Amino acid sequence: MSYLGYPDFFEPYIKKVEGTRPARVEKRKKGEEFPFMSLEERQDMLKYHPDYKEEGRREIKVGPSKGYRIAHEFVDLLEARSRVDPDKIDLSRVDYETDVLVIGGGGAATIAALIAEKNGARVLMATKLRNGDANTMMAEGGIQAASKRTKDSPYYHYLDVLGGGHFKNDPDIVAAFVKQAPDALQWLESLGVMFSKFPDGRLGTMHGGGTCRKRMHYCADLSGMEIMRTVRDEARNRPNIKVLEFSPAVELILNEQGQCAGAMLYNMETEEYLVAKAKAVILATGGAGRLHVQGFMTTNHYGATADGVVLGYRAGVPLSFLHTVQYHPTGVVFPEQIEGWLITERFRSEGSDILNVHGEKFVNEREPRDVEAARFIKECLDGNGVPTPTGKVGIWLDSPMLDILHGEGRVRTAFVGKWKVYNRLGIDISKAPMLVYPTLHYQNGGLKDNAECETAVPGLYVAGEVTGGLHGENRLMGNSLMDLVVFGRIAGRNAAVFTREKAKEGKLTLKHVKAYLKELKEAGVITDRVAPMLLPDYTTPEVKEKQLTVSYLGSLR
Amino acid sequence: MSAKQTKKKSAETAVKEKKQIAVKLIPIYIMGKRYEVPEGLTIMKAMEYVGYILIRGCGCRGGTCGACGTVYRKPGDYKLQVALACQKTVESDMYIAQVPFFPANRALYDFTELTAAPEEVFKLYPELFRCVACNACTKACPQGIEVMDAISALKQGNIAEAARLSFDCIQCGLCTSRCFGELAQYHMFQLARRIYGARIVPQAEHLAAMIKAVNEGKYDRFLDELKQTKEDELKKLYQEREVEPMTAGEDWKPKDTKYL
Repeated sequence: MSYLGYPDFFEPYIKKVEGTRPARVEKRKKGEEFPFMSLEERQDMLKYHPDYKEEGRREIKVGPSKGYRIAHEFVDLLEARSRVDPDKIDLSRVDYETDVLVIGGGGAATIAALIAEKNGARVLMATKLRNGDANTMMAEGGIQAASKRTKDSPYYHYLDVLGGGHFKNDPDIVAAFVKQAPDALQWLESLGVMFSKFPDGRLGTMHGGGTCRKRMHYCADLSGMEIMRTVRDEARNRPNIKVLEFSPAVELILNEQGQCAGAMLYNMETEEYLVAKAKAVILATGGAGRLHVQGFMTTNHYGATADGVVLGYRAGVPLSFLHTVQYHPTGVVFPEQIEGWLITERFRSEGSDILNVHGEKFVNEREPRDVEAARFIKECLDGNGVPTPTGKVGIWLDSPMLDILHGEGRVRTAFVGKWKVYNRLGIDISKAPMLVYPTLHYQNGGLKDNAECETAVPGLYVAGEVTGGLHGENRLMGNSLMDLVVFGRIAGRNAAVFTREKAKEGKLTLKHVKAYLKELKEAGVITDRVAPMLLPDYTTPEVKEKQLTVSYLGSLR
Repeated sequence: MSAKQTKKKSAETAVKEKKQIAVKLIPIYIMGKRYEVPEGLTIMKAMEYVGYILIRGCGCRGGTCGACGTVYRKPGDYKLQVALACQKTVESDMYIAQVPFFPANRALYDFTELTAAPEEVFKLYPELFRCVACNACTKACPQGIEVMDAISALKQGNIAEAARLSFDCIQCGLCTSRCFGELAQYHMFQLARRIYGARIVPQAEHLAAMIKAVNEGKYDRFLDELKQTKEDELKKLYQEREVEPMTAGEDWKPKDTKYL
């Protein structure tokens, strides 16, 4: 038995939502909104945010950001051994040679590869999974840029980015970002990205959490997928971009001049470690949701395991803003098959209410993400969450309102991706609300760089989610897609220029890895952990206790 | 608390707890081999439950990347079914095989030289006309796309229709694996969408105007000012900034136009 596709258990709760809906729709139509919190109230609310839980983090004992307090899950990876013994590697036997080595396979990496190639470089992309298996592919909501001079400008985009990031952001990076965003958007348009547009070519724009102007551009609810597959298609047309899939980097290689000069790659299928030599390296490995910080579920793809942070940190790049991670307010909490799955903020941008167990509003649905998520957690702690038969708790997102507000069929056409997945599970989200809870979504910080994507290591460039500075302590919706386009392009161009003007030929070395391992030992860190993690391990304990191979030599594990 | 301990409690690894709650186990056959798994798991989680560590056939785990195309049959049923392993819930007696990769012909082109003429597509993909309209592609699509209709549109030179129909294609390749005419539909659709987005739909003039203003340095001074502004003052500017109402139409204009 079910009610609107949900188990009977939910019937009384859904009825409460339906009961308050007509009055809420009327308020929407009149433009009446739930009041926003003041900056002080927001600050106060953040004590409910997981980032602010002191027991969730510890000081890192080694490396360029020694003493920095970040989540245990990150520290565990940074205080871990290398996957290979650096002494066993013969760096004179080079397996791949290229001008620019791009590490990563998502949006930032692919765009960096495109622009490096355009600037005359031969490019090798080393990806852990397939090219395109990345968080970019999953981004739904949209991409921010000030594109309409009648009401918006980079000035307002700048203010919004800072407000979202608690005014801690790196000003140079933000200024470069907002200034170059419009051009980046046009570049995507010229590649054939199917933006949602008016018939005359004007781009559709809407609000996102923390925006003062409607500047969110979108491709239905598949913005990231449309951007990712388009740039990937373009990369496949370029003869000087070679892609090496299922071959993640496990260490960066430097040369005797201290420049970044390649990486150790690991062929996950043949289990060989291979040497890739390059004149410049772009690290664009994305985020870290699969670390499941504080046990949270995640929206991230399978390979989001913070590999780039580990590689860059060992090579001497400090960390920046990694003390904050973003919890997206609306991840699916029920049905369980799609638990953790992201429900785009656009549902809220278009006017879906956020409701507690009583079917009542308790927050404006467009607060910055960290504040919104913290408010949800508080509401549940206060006992006003909606229980589930699986023992969890959630908050309603009232999607059926959109069909009433914007006309029948709105949910099905504007949110086709979401509608289909729910429909497969028997739930029509144009009739029934969705049950959500904050889910681990984005690595706000990462490796420190500047507006030119340069790091502390010459020849090493970074772009996308692996970096820190642009978003400060909290990213706004639509700025991650634009982040990877703007800075993917900058990293690609600068890396190509570096190969021509600054790169020196020199003996390859892994001395920095040896020094790092020595520092770990001296700091008293004795551990079996190895990093980068590469893939999360979801093997059950029952299976694990029977995996009793005495040694991993030979053909079978 | 170490990461390991917290991770055990994570959503993905809570299968153990799940076993205590929903104990009903059902048989599935992974590439012909029988395993018993808890009801309610997706095919992907069921494979991990029995001990597989996936390298291929697993990507976004959210139904958008196309890495986990899967085929299955039920005993006594002639019909081949398709699914995404990360989306489809296991059913008793499924015989499951993943298709993580399928070779497909992809044309090379210089996109800057392509026009919106249908002949461009015909020239790059002449095999388009090998389609015999058997509809096996549509039946093989886990996204429920009308694949054959989109191919028919392409054959008729209707690039726009092909682009629209194929918009939520995740390029898993299952259509290609089943195609009697040996077409790589998803590559053709990608081409169609790019031509549609860049050559058929009008380009955004307001965007070009904004870029012109940026390039003329119109906002440089404002941004330099903001970069120098102290946090307290920034907070004030932020709180006082005019917010476009949710209900505002396209023609909305702010009162303060100084920074536009």
